[in-house]
Amino acid sequence: MNNIVELEKIKKTYLQGKVDIPAINNVSLSIKKGGFVAIAGPSGSGKTTLLNIIGGLDQPDSGTVRVDGEKFETLTPSRLAELRLFKIGFVFQAYNLIPVLSAAENVEFVMLLQGIPKKERLRKAHAILDDVGLSGKYNRRPAELSGGQQQRVAVARAIVSNPSIVLADEPTANLDSKTGQGLLELMKTMNKEKKVTFVFSTHDKMVMDYAGRLVRLRDGSIFDDQSK
Amino acid sequence: MMSVNVKLDVKMAWRNIWRNTRRSVLTISAICFACMILVFMLSFQLGSYETMINASVNMSTGHLQVQSAGYHKKKSMRLVVSQPGEIGGILEKIPGIAAYTFRANAFSLVSSNKRSRGVLVTGIDPEREACVSTIKTMISHGRYLEQSDTNQVIVGNLLAKSLRVKPGDELTILGQGRDGSIAATAVIVKGILSSGIDAFDRSTMQIPLQYFQAVYSMGDAVHEVVITAKSLKKVSKIKKDIQKGIDAAGRGNGLVVLDWMELIPGLLQGIEMDLVSGMIMYLVLIIVVAFSILNTFLMSIFERTREFGMLMAIGTTPGRLIKLVLIESMSLTLVGIVLGIVCGSLITLFFQSHGIDMSGSSEFMKQYGIPARLYPRLSLVSALVGPAAVFVITFLAALFPAVGIRKLKPVEAMTHI
Ligand SMILES: Nc1ncnc2c1ncn2[C@@H]1O[C@H](COP(=O)(O)OP(=O)(O)O)[C@@H](O)[C@H]1O
Ligand SMILES: [Mg+2]
Repeated sequence: MNNIVELEKIKKTYLQGKVDIPAINNVSLSIKKGGFVAIAGPSGSGKTTLLNIIGGLDQPDSGTVRVDGEKFETLTPSRLAELRLFKIGFVFQAYNLIPVLSAAENVEFVMLLQGIPKKERLRKAHAILDDVGLSGKYNRRPAELSGGQQQRVAVARAIVSNPSIVLADEPTANLDSKTGQGLLELMKTMNKEKKVTFVFSTHDKMVMDYAGRLVRLRDGSIFDDQSK
Repeated sequence: MMSVNVKLDVKMAWRNIWRNTRRSVLTISAICFACMILVFMLSFQLGSYETMINASVNMSTGHLQVQSAGYHKKKSMRLVVSQPGEIGGILEKIPGIAAYTFRANAFSLVSSNKRSRGVLVTGIDPEREACVSTIKTMISHGRYLEQSDTNQVIVGNLLAKSLRVKPGDELTILGQGRDGSIAATAVIVKGILSSGIDAFDRSTMQIPLQYFQAVYSMGDAVHEVVITAKSLKKVSKIKKDIQKGIDAAGRGNGLVVLDWMELIPGLLQGIEMDLVSGMIMYLVLIIVVAFSILNTFLMSIFERTREFGMLMAIGTTPGRLIKLVLIESMSLTLVGIVLGIVCGSLITLFFQSHGIDMSGSSEFMKQYGIPARLYPRLSLVSALVGPAAVFVITFLAALFPAVGIRKLKPVEAMTHI
């Protein structure tokens, strides 16, 4: 089976005060290895919730989630943390990086958690930063990098240990359109060259154009799913 | 690999500490200040106890005494140490003993031509006594006893005042000999003794031991063999050696060896009480500091909830996060503790060589003859016990907010404002 992600009849409802807010409503979705998939929809349509469920950060009320063959329901929280560490890369909208660590150290940090020896960590961190166009900026702290550069560091950290999938929740939302395009180009390149599966969410038309497959979400349901 | 891992963790912790420079400096100062006070105060207490014990021991009891069993409680004339020379022979062979002397005591009625008083008359060996006690140095009028003296007496200044005598005046002593006979003699005041301790100056009356033995029909017997040790630490070892020596000589029954704690139980109790009240004060100090530290730790974790959420999302286990936070808070604490030990030790060493003026000292100290200057004494114990307590309590204070991290859920933490 070459599906990295398999969602089956996922439901997730939030209780806000006394009102039930259905965030995800009966979503089934499979994502193939090597895909470059956009989850698109307006604000509040359930993109973040869906990505969090795929990433094991949030649990659905019903339905099953499988990532790389692992069925999430059966996993303990620490096994789930381990799975995230080794198989899933994350890029968030903001606050991605550890502010006290340099770009290279931020990338190193995940590898440290993974138990990779120091020498290899350094070599890999520098190599991946070169790949995302940040050579020479290894020792900059996040505060000394532009928003676009910070997101590139986040992408570098997400893909450095060849995860099964990278989940990016509106990675371009805080960037101007040119910088956002640059980041998308980078992700696309990494997807092609390193065969990393990307799933990213957006509400930006221009960003959707980069997707190899566009899954449209409205009020927690998929209403359109097209591959190009 | 572990050591390599620790490196980035420690680097991260160290930089996190300096994220809020002012807060960290304040926290470190609080810890440093507490440790400084603890090092100094404990050194001061322990140093003054040693001074107190030695002052008290040198003026009256010695570190150790050999007595007849029961004499210490009853002070009965008949409970004597016979053949004291043999005990002296045993003592000569024991290392760590500085000096020893013999004394005998008798309650007697002492009269001048104006007044009478009931007094404990003590027979002393002038030469030996001078090696054991500081009495010789406290003569304020007249002179100290000499080996050839017979019916001469040294009187405490308050006692002399109440008897209205001065050197050269005559006193008559009336008491009961060891055999029940009447002991009576007339003596000349040779010297007046001023120790500064009222109780001592009000009750002291000393005559030469040989003369005492003749007057009170003691033969060659004495009541106390008084021993001083070269240092306070050696006392318990010497006590055991003396006991062994006495047993070996076949004089085990009938004789007991008492140390200063048994001879002056009030001093030990006073020290214990002073220590306990000191401990309570220190504990309050440490707890106050711990709360301010707890506040710092809580704040620094609360501020970073979103960061912790992100760290957990990318696969950091709660245990790992707790470790990171603990490394951070303990590094902060350690900086404060090390600074505190260094500063506290330096201050202590300064006063250790210059002394502290104690002219307005407490009653408890006065009672045991504390000199006008006290000297703190820095030791491994006084330098480390307080800071170690600070370390343990700060660790607990740091543990509490750190363990709270376990409850964090990545998604909620990341959306935390
Ligand atoms: N923690 C929460 N508590 C209550 N409602 C929530 C929570 N998170 C999301 N929601 C609601 O769930 C719906 C989907 O939200 P979200 O997944 O964040 O959408 P998107 O990322 O597409 O903007 C929205 O209506 C939102 O208000
Ligand atoms: Mg969202």
